[in-house]
Parts: sequence; structure tokens; C-alpha cells
Amino acid sequence: MNIGMKNDISMKVKNQNSIVDRFLRRLQENWRSIVIIIPFVWLLMFFLFPFFIVAKISLAEIKIASPPFTSMVEWADGGIMTIRIVFDNFLYIINDSLYINTYLNSVKIASTATVISLLLGYPIAYGIVRSGPIAKPILLFMVILPFWTSFLLRVYAWMGLLADQGTINSLLIALGFINEPIQMLYSEFAVYIGIVYTYLPFMILPLYANMEKLDSSLNEAAADLGSKPTNTFFKVTLPLTMPGVIAGSLLVFIPASGEYVIPDLLGGGNVQMIGRVLFNEFSRNTDWPVASAVAIAMLFLLVFPIIIFQHYQGKAAEGN
Amino acid sequence: MEDELILDSAISQSGKKEKPFVQIRGLTKKFGAITAVDNINLDISQGELFCLLGGSGCGKSTLLRMLAGFEFPEAGTISIDGIDMSQVPAYERPTNMMFQSYALFPHMNVGENIAFGLQQDKIPKAEITDRVNDILKLVELEGYIKRRPQQLSGGQRQRVALARALVKKPKLLLLDEPLAALDKKLRKQTQFELANIQEQVGVTFIVVTHDQEEAMTLSSRMAVMDMGKFKQIGTPTEIYEFPESRFVADFIGSANIFEGKVISSKGGKLTVSTDVGEVFASNGRSITEGEKIWLGLRPEKIYLSKAKPKNIGPNQIKGIVEEIGYLGETSIYKIRLKNGQIIDVSAPNQSRPMSRVREITWEDMVYLNWEPESVMLLTS
Amino acid sequence: MYGKRSKFLTVMLTIGMAFFYIPIILLVIYSFNYSKLVLVWGGWSTRWYKVLFESEEVWAAVNMSLKIALVNATFATILGMLAALSMVRFGKFRGRTLFGGMLVAPLVMPEVITGLSLLVMFITLKQFFGWPENRGFATITIAHITFSMAYVAVTIQARLTGMGQSLEEAAADLGAKPFKVLTAITMPRLTPALISGWLLAFTLSLDDLVIASFVSGPGANTLPILIFSRIRLGLRPDINALATIIILVVAVCIAIAALIMFRQQKRDMLDQQLAEGEK
Repeated sequence: MNIGMKNDISMKVKNQNSIVDRFLRRLQENWRSIVIIIPFVWLLMFFLFPFFIVAKISLAEIKIASPPFTSMVEWADGGIMTIRIVFDNFLYIINDSLYINTYLNSVKIASTATVISLLLGYPIAYGIVRSGPIAKPILLFMVILPFWTSFLLRVYAWMGLLADQGTINSLLIALGFINEPIQMLYSEFAVYIGIVYTYLPFMILPLYANMEKLDSSLNEAAADLGSKPTNTFFKVTLPLTMPGVIAGSLLVFIPASGEYVIPDLLGGGNVQMIGRVLFNEFSRNTDWPVASAVAIAMLFLLVFPIIIFQHYQGKAAEGN
Repeated sequence: MEDELILDSAISQSGKKEKPFVQIRGLTKKFGAITAVDNINLDISQGELFCLLGGSGCGKSTLLRMLAGFEFPEAGTISIDGIDMSQVPAYERPTNMMFQSYALFPHMNVGENIAFGLQQDKIPKAEITDRVNDILKLVELEGYIKRRPQQLSGGQRQRVALARALVKKPKLLLLDEPLAALDKKLRKQTQFELANIQEQVGVTFIVVTHDQEEAMTLSSRMAVMDMGKFKQIGTPTEIYEFPESRFVADFIGSANIFEGKVISSKGGKLTVSTDVGEVFASNGRSITEGEKIWLGLRPEKIYLSKAKPKNIGPNQIKGIVEEIGYLGETSIYKIRLKNGQIIDVSAPNQSRPMSRVREITWEDMVYLNWEPESVMLLTS
Repeated sequence: MYGKRSKFLTVMLTIGMAFFYIPIILLVIYSFNYSKLVLVWGGWSTRWYKVLFESEEVWAAVNMSLKIALVNATFATILGMLAALSMVRFGKFRGRTLFGGMLVAPLVMPEVITGLSLLVMFITLKQFFGWPENRGFATITIAHITFSMAYVAVTIQARLTGMGQSLEEAAADLGAKPFKVLTAITMPRLTPALISGWLLAFTLSLDDLVIASFVSGPGANTLPILIFSRIRLGLRPDINALATIIILVVAVCIAIAALIMFRQQKRDMLDQQLAEGEK
């Protein structure tokens, strides 16, 4: 009996060994597929799958229950599957002027902020490229640093600057420019400042990368052929940095148009943006089907810029 | 002393004492602690094809960039056609440059690239079209006007770059390593084309190159540069046959060098005592007796024979063949002398060795001799 | 393009840097204000730091955020590295386009949408499988891994492409099998990118408010959720103190990471030159 058990155990160990062995061998042979499958499955489960559910809910009806939406697929008597698709949610969004206006307002704010960021970011990026070998990495570091520090806290910092008793108003009053504080916080102006401040590094970095790759002899060649610096900028530098301009602009526009925190903290209730409406729709009204429909609509709004962005990224990757 | 020599030769070239077309005086450029160009003087006459030859970092490119107006000198002047240009920006200079990378604008086609310079001068459209077409004909690129630079071969790009620089009819064309990006065969062919085009348009060319063969084939005159200074200026023949220093002798072609002391010097005929015995030299330069000197001997100027030569001349030594390098048209023999020095000798392979045993082979005792006229006198 | 900066560019650089840093500097200065009203100067004091350190709520949130950030950074780095290897070194495989698309999409997806869809999914999962029972640590971590792995993958992809393949080819030529090449050559050379990818994932997680707000349940507060709920009502001196500490920690970490990357870049250039046999 004892001996038998021992045998049994050693058998098992042996068996296990061979299983482990076989597993390792399989791993050795198929490691490439495993490397691909793990992140692939993760993304399918936690990125793509949720979108299908949202798309599904956006086509459902509201129900007082948890979760507060009707199931799209129901088993009717006799096992006949009925699919109930309701486009009411989308009709509701389109017919309600609040949503349309909020959409338009988001696009307006995001695109204006993008233009301001470009006008500010372009000379800054160019200035860094033209800096000396010591100043360049330092300046670059200074641009990257805010990009890594908490976004929430950087928006918060502007609350102190823009408030009625804030630094800017106090300074202006002290200097005698104004008598009464100007209301800057909780206004569209504050939202612009917040977006430009937050996303400026996203504009500068792709522009910098683009400009840094430019062959400086192209500028020299233009000068050599009689072109003055301003002309050279518009005829040579600007056209050749267009990929950077486009990448930077999209990197500002896309997140800015969906922004929630900035309009909430700096715009208060006065600035309506789609991200904020979506968030509120979801947390307060618990009208999930409408919120999902808003999300899907918002995605459609962004599909075009996202595709352009991917296209340029792909081009840049091929170029390298 | 060198500088005076340069001026003399420039004056003798143009024949009269008029102001040279390009005149550089005391030109100096520093980058931090490094002096890239060190107090240089140079005169170039109109229509010359002048080469600046030197290794990397010798200052030749900096000199060219100062001529173009991309760098400004700390001291000294550059005048072109009698007008001081030292502080004039690049876009106002009557010079054009062909860049080593060609620097063709990637977002413009061939025609737009070439027209760019003309547009800056506000030349009427019709004239621009004509001049672009003419120059494309010159560089044999008709029909490529709508192509983008990325769609051209290396040789075609090179010609577009040349056309773009030439179309403005500059007083001075600057070429930075114009052939460096081409492969060897194309480079050889293009060398002659470039010289041809220069002859046709008559523009003064200044070419920077690190390739001595290129400099020799292209230039009417050349300067060898090292550490920001000119080592020697002259025609290719002068530089090759009459180098003045060990640096130049070694940089252009190869040279066997002996150190020695002048024993006697009479009417351009010298007797020099060296490690390998007394060497006789005569090439017109007179050097005072007792001076230290280096003698240079080009490998192809040395005769090699297995049998002792019948008419025993003055310059003769014995040695043992250490190595033979077969190069096809010639062979290089490395000969070890009694004092251990190795001498390179090159000899044409006039007959096929076939299966026969080589005439001269390893470990053979051989006799070397050379004419007194072949000895180069190197004073530094 | 060195050293030819016009006056205009210098002015713009100065304005830009002032714009970036003045708000942060003021934030830090006000954190040392004695007064309860942030904007009314009441003399220098470290009072609010004390308040901060004594707050259990803050400590709980810090604890939660750090735990999530650590787990997230580690998993995101592993997944991101696997994804980057698949995209850069494995050539074509079925589903590559979809994979690539899903990999970059989180970078440009508005946070509200990512957050919303993950929340909806968690609720659906709970409905069908009874998991996750409560939304908190696990759900936030999963959500964070999903979007930060995309950032890590981009970082590593850039490095893999920049590295070139000559060293890997040399190893293969000397008889190393593909798996050996991966572990002996590719991975060690990836180390700096892995470190910066890890740091990036770590800070992204610490920084995230919107997605965490969606997928966290009641009572599960991360640091940004706590900060946000407080500053929505206005300025608070203890938040200034907290902000100062966070900014300082991040700045130090980034400086170290930048130094590592800078050193590696130099070493890399040497490696590459040796491998390619250039001068």
C-alpha cells in the first residue's frame, strides 16, 4: 500500500513534469501567438466590447430598474426572439435644442482653443528647435513637465488666478486699471484659458518633433536663392511642418471637445459642453439610453478627426 | 610666407595687377574654442574652377558657408566682384550654392524648385518659364519638370540641384561636396559633366571636396586645407608634383618620405644625406646648405629591377620584397630597406603573368633607383 | 538649426514658459498661506500641510490611488510591451489592423466615452455573472490598464522602431533562436522604454479623474475624485498643500526619468554605430 502510494506520487510527479515540459515546449513554439493574444483579448474585452453595449443601450428604452434600460433582445412566448430597436433616443437628441446647441458650442470652443494653441505653440516649438544645445533639452523638459503633472491640479491653479479676488483681478486693481473685479472665473474665457493651458504641450510636442526633423539646409537653400526669412517661413518651413500642425491640432481638438473637468471647474454652470452634459445625464438623470445615444453621437462627431489623425500617424510611421 | 606666395601666384595667373574676382583677406571664424578658419587669404579669378580640398573638420565647409553668407566671420573680409560681402545676408548675395544634401524642397516639383530663386527676384513669369526650360535642357532633364524630388534618382537630384543654383546666373557658384552622394561610377562620369557645364556657362565655381581625385580632375586650381589654414595652393599638377610639405605630399597620392640634411646646394641641384645614404635631387628649388629637409618619392617614380642596373646612377638602393599587392593595372611592392624602412613602389603590369612565375616575387633582393628630378623637397 | 533664434521667438518662449509656470508657482506659494481663505494672505505657515497629514480621508484616497497606480503601471507595461512587440516585430498577422486600431483608439477617445462604456460593461457583467459585486479597486484598475497600455505601447513601439534591427540580426546570425533574441537582445535594450512606459502609466493612473469617477462605486475614492469633490465648491488651502506635494514628487520623478533616457540615448547611438560599422 505504502509502496503503491509512493509509486503513485512519483508517477504523478513524472506526469506533471511531462505536462510542464510539454507546456513549456508548446510555449516555446507558439510564444509569438501568445504574445499577440494576451493584449488582443484584453482590448477586445475591455475596449471594443463595451462600445457594443453602449451602442446597444442607445437603442433601448428607459426603464425604472437597475440597470435603467430595457433589454434589446427578449424571449417572447414560444421562444421567438424579438429584437426591439428604438431610435427614439436619437430623435430626442436631435429634436432637443439643448443637445444641438451644446454640440455646436463644444465644437466652437474646442476649435477656437485649438487655433489659439496653434498660434501660441508654433512659435514656442520653433523657438525650442532654434535654441542652443544646452537650452534645448531644458526647454523641452519644461514643456514636458506640466504634461506629466496632474491635470486636475493645473486647472485648479487657474481657479486661484481667475477668481474675483484672484491674483489677476487683485493685480489689475492694484495697478489701477480697474475698480471692480472682472468676472473671469465661471465664464467661457476661463474655459478657453483652461483648455489652452492644459493642451498646449500636446500642440508643441508634435510640432517640435516635426520641425526638428526638417533639414536646416532647406532654409539655407531658400536664403541662398534670394528668399528673405519671412518668405522662407511661408514658402518652405510652414508647408513642411503641416503634418505637425495637423497632428498637434487634432491632439488638442479631440480631447478638448469632449472635455468635462475644465467646463465644470472653470465654466461653472455657464458653459455647456457635450462632455459635461453626458456626465451629468449619466450621474444625475440616470437616463442611460439617452446618455448612450449622446456618447454615440459624440463619437460620430469625432470619428472624422480621429481618422485623419490615424492617417497622419501612419504616414509619419512609414516616413521613418 | 605662404600667404605671400599665394598672392604672387594669383597675380601671375591673371597677368595684370587688377583686383581679383573673389578676394578673401584675413578671414577668421571661431566656434567656441575651435578656430575653424584661421586668418585665410585667397584670390580667385573670374571663370576659375577652384577646389578646396581637405579632410573632415579642416574648415573647408565653414569657408564655403562664409562665402554663401550662412556664417559670418569674426575678422577679415570677403569681396566678390569688387564689393565687400562679409556682412551681407545670404539672400542678398550674388552667390548660389549647391548643397551636399542637395536641399531640394520636397514639397515642390522640379520646375518649382528651379523657379523658386527666380521668383524671389520678381522676374516675369514668361521669362521664368523660358529660363527653367533652358536650364533643364542644359542638365538634360527635359520632361522631368513635374516630378517630385523623391521620384528622382540620386544623379537626377544632383542635376536638379545644380540647375536650381545655376538658373539665377550667380557670379559665384559654391558647391559643397557635389558628388559625394553618388556612387563611384556615376561620380566619375559626373565629374566631367560638371567641368563641361562650368566651361559652357563660364561661372566661377568653388568646389569643396574631401576626394583628392575629384579635386584633381575638376579644378583649374586647388587649395589643400588643414586645421583652418591653407597648406598649399596651386594647379593640380603643381600640388601633386611639387608639394611643399609632408602633409600635402601624403594627402594627395602617397609618398615615401626620408628625413635628411642638405650637404650641398648648387644651382638647384642638391645632395642630401639621409638614413639610406646620399640622395641627389634637382627640381629648381634652392635650399641653403645644412638645413634639415624631408625628401618625398612617389611610388610610381621609382624603378624596380632584379638585376643590378647597368648605368649606375646616383640614386640607388637595395631592398627585399616584403609584400606584393596586385591591383590589376599596377602592382604595389613593399620593399624593406637595410635600415628597416619600408618603401612603396608601384609598377605597371605590362605583361600578363599567366602561369609563369612572377618576374619579381616575395623575398627577392631588388634594386631601386630614381631620377634626381623625381625627388620632392618638403620643407615642413 | 542651433543658435539662430530671433528676438520674436525668444519673446514667445518667455511668454510660453511664464504661462506654463506662473499658475503653478502661485499655487505653491498660496499653499503656505496661514489664512483659511486661499487668496487672502495671512502670513507664511505650514498649517495646511498638518491638516492634510491628519486627514484620514486623504490618506485613504492616497493609499487607494497608489495601489491602483502600481498595479496598473505593472500590468499596462507588460500588456503594452506585448502589444508593441506584436505590432513592430512580428510582421503581418490576422487581425493586425483591428489590433492596431484598438491600440491607438484609447489615446484619442474622449475620457467620458471610455468611462461610460466601461461602466455600462461592468454593470452588464454584474447582471449576467454577478461580478463585479462592488465597483472600486478592481474596476478602476481594469479601466486604467485599458487606456494606459495604449500609451505604453506607443512609447515602446517608438523605441523598437528607433532601435533598428541590426543587433537582433547579428544575434540571429550568431545562432540565437527568435525567443533567445527577444530575451537576450531586444528586452534589455527596451529597459529604458519600459521604465518610462511604467512611469507614464503610473502617472496617468494617478491623474485620471473622469474614467475613475465613472467606474468607481460609492465610497471608493481615489485621490483625484477626492480633490475634485472638494474643489468643485471653490478654493481650499489644504488642496493647495496637497497639490504642492504632488507636483514636487512628479517633478523629481520626471527629472530622474529624463536623465535615464538621455543617458540611454547616448549609449544607444554608440551601440548602433558599432553594430552598423560606421566610423
